[in-house]
Amino acid sequence: MHVLIPHERDEAAAQAGAARLGRAIVVTSGKGGVGKTTTTANLGTALAQRGASVVLIDADVGLRNLDIVLGLESRVKHHLLDVLEGTATLDDALVPGKHSPTLRLLAAAQAREKEDVDTEKMRALVLALRERFDYVLIDSPAGIELGFKNAVAGADEAIVVCTPEVSAVRDVDRVVGLLGNAFKPQLVINRLRPHLVKKGKMLSVDDVNAILRLPLLGVIADEPEIIVATNRGEPLALRDDAPTGAAYRAIAARVAGEDVPAPMPAENRSFLERLGSIFGGKRA
Amino acid sequence: MIDFLKRLFGQSGSSSTAKERLRLVLMTDHLELAPEMVDAMKRDLVDVISRYVEVDRERIDVTFEQQDRSLAMLANIPILSVNRTNGHAAAAEPAAAPEPAAAVAVAATNGSTPPPDAPAAAAPKRKRRRRKKAKAAAVAATP
Repeated sequence: MHVLIPHERDEAAAQAGAARLGRAIVVTSGKGGVGKTTTTANLGTALAQRGASVVLIDADVGLRNLDIVLGLESRVKHHLLDVLEGTATLDDALVPGKHSPTLRLLAAAQAREKEDVDTEKMRALVLALRERFDYVLIDSPAGIELGFKNAVAGADEAIVVCTPEVSAVRDVDRVVGLLGNAFKPQLVINRLRPHLVKKGKMLSVDDVNAILRLPLLGVIADEPEIIVATNRGEPLALRDDAPTGAAYRAIAARVAGEDVPAPMPAENRSFLERLGSIFGGKRA
Repeated sequence: MIDFLKRLFGQSGSSSTAKERLRLVLMTDHLELAPEMVDAMKRDLVDVISRYVEVDRERIDVTFEQQDRSLAMLANIPILSVNRTNGHAAAAEPAAAPEPAAAVAVAATNGSTPPPDAPAAAAPKRKRRRRKKAKAAAVAATP
């Protein structure tokens, strides 16, 4: 089996001299539609809210989405391939976040193809960004082909996103096998429905991780507020009153090395709690 | 209430189906071996073991199981009797010490083949031989 080798950290550190390099984390999953982009956007936003400098790279060339989730689509003038091919400078292409002054986005090219990306140039770009930012988050496309390999090229860590479904778990298992241990993959379980788990109609967190056996960063519930946030282009991590926002902030804290518990969606809310959220607009 | 009734009539629990499907699918994903290769491996394995002990070829059970992130092969091979006709085992026979070892092998056979009569019906000769071995071992163990 072909195992991808993360780019040589020691060599990179030597090149950078004494300068401290930021962390380059690829967000991947194998399967599409499990929430890689939403996770990248929210984790990046939450890390930036903590004061870290963060750049998000949309590596899904041909299917640009990260700008939409962040609400930055109208501000993108140049993209990843412009930078890789030298037709735009990095500073021209980095789009500042709407609400997070330390957040930047490097958008994907919508009208290009994954084959247009030069893997070695991508690697060099990520290294250059690590010299400038605390975190480089790379939103990988679905699949395990070239797009995935380019997304992984400059990364030295991985976050894998999995939903509690047979197909998603199988694909994550495959991706983790391809990544190997060098990327220290950590798991985010997305779209969990606690009431279905309770009824025995959905794989539980333990079911999923009994198979994957990865360090768990956190669990995100399948909540309508995520759809609303995406509609508006305002990541939930910005919202103090959203439970999902709090979960993303906790995941960010864990990524930053803080010793906080992995966020877990609350068990089924009681009728009164639901009633309370209808009238009070807030949740217990 | 509706959920309770549904549960009562056995409509829930699809997560256990998902779990089982996942387990099976990953097992085959991890096992990058064609089924014929697994069969050939099983055959070779048994051939090697048969050089030392007589095994029940009909009841051999080879399974693959996920253990952490790796795959384990578990083989359950019922031993019918310690094969004394072969040179390897025969060399040690005259000494008094190896006798308890033979008794252990027979005991293991009984344990792993719960009703000894089932396969023995097809091979009554084996059954007799096994009983003789057990008796011999018991005699050796008494003094």
